[in-house]
Amino acid sequence: MDDLDRRLLNLIQDDLPLVAKPYRALADALQVSEEDVIARLSRLRERRVIRRLGAIFDSRRLGYQGVLCALRVPAEQLEQAAAVVNSYPGVTHNYLRDHNYNMWFTLLAPSPAALAAKVREIRERTANEDMLVLPAKRVFKIKVNFELDGV
Amino acid sequence: MALSELEKKVVRELQEGLPLVSRPFAVLAGRLGLSEDQLLREIALLKEKGIIRRFGAAVRHQDLGFVYNAMVVWSVPETRVDEVGKVFAGFKEVSHCYERATAPGWPYNLFTMLHGTDEGRCRELAGRLALAAGVDDYRLLYSTAELKKSSMKYFLEPDEGTGG
Repeated sequence: MDDLDRRLLNLIQDDLPLVAKPYRALADALQVSEEDVIARLSRLRERRVIRRLGAIFDSRRLGYQGVLCALRVPAEQLEQAAAVVNSYPGVTHNYLRDHNYNMWFTLLAPSPAALAAKVREIRERTANEDMLVLPAKRVFKIKVNFELDGV
Repeated sequence: MALSELEKKVVRELQEGLPLVSRPFAVLAGRLGLSEDQLLREIALLKEKGIIRRFGAAVRHQDLGFVYNAMVVWSVPETRVDEVGKVFAGFKEVSHCYERATAPGWPYNLFTMLHGTDEGRCRELAGRLALAAGVDDYRLLYSTAELKKSSMKYFLEPDEGTGG
């Protein structure tokens, strides 16, 4: 990654120009060619530095409900529990953390009923009744250049 | 706020990512049966309504040197949540700040995400937050492994998430 890549990454973490040729607009801002910008973006995407290029949605405004969940999973069951939890498309983030509740994940669903059903299902499939389910009551901050699905 | 069928179609298309060609919106518009101009207008409207939070790139922070993410959980008296949440949100190193429901055995009601280059820095920063807000009941939960990080796909299946 060179200096131009970094400048490009900084630019595209803000809003892309909503014009017919957005990469041309970025190229003009960086004083390089449109082809160069497209080639660099392709490379950064292949290397997965860019996870996604496009719209980042506010899940709540799309009518989706989200919760943060935490499970206590014994070390020998981690792999199995992760496989169950990660199999849900509505689970977008899942991290191991250094706490008794060691598996932390976000879960999104299109309605409160669907969400409750998924929570129940995950409890059953991981055979783990001790799951924290923590809905957000208030959002004080979501920094725009960190991707988040608004759980 | 219910979305129109057209809005849902646009959301479905946009979440697949913007093609890396000279006129990417023309490609997407073609799939949607819209003109390039119509699609750009729809996107601008979705942004105005706050349905699109941002139209840009999602970048992996691990690759940019932000190795650690620490979730700091705080137990804050109900009467102080508003004030403390605003103090935390004012720190530029805090990417997210939420008030959440508590649960039996879980007294922590404010959640902040900190991103730093190492554990020590996250701890030092949490100390500064604690001091600024006058809250001393908190815990840092470091990420030790990322098991999944993906982008949500909306409006794809009527019964999303059967676990398959």
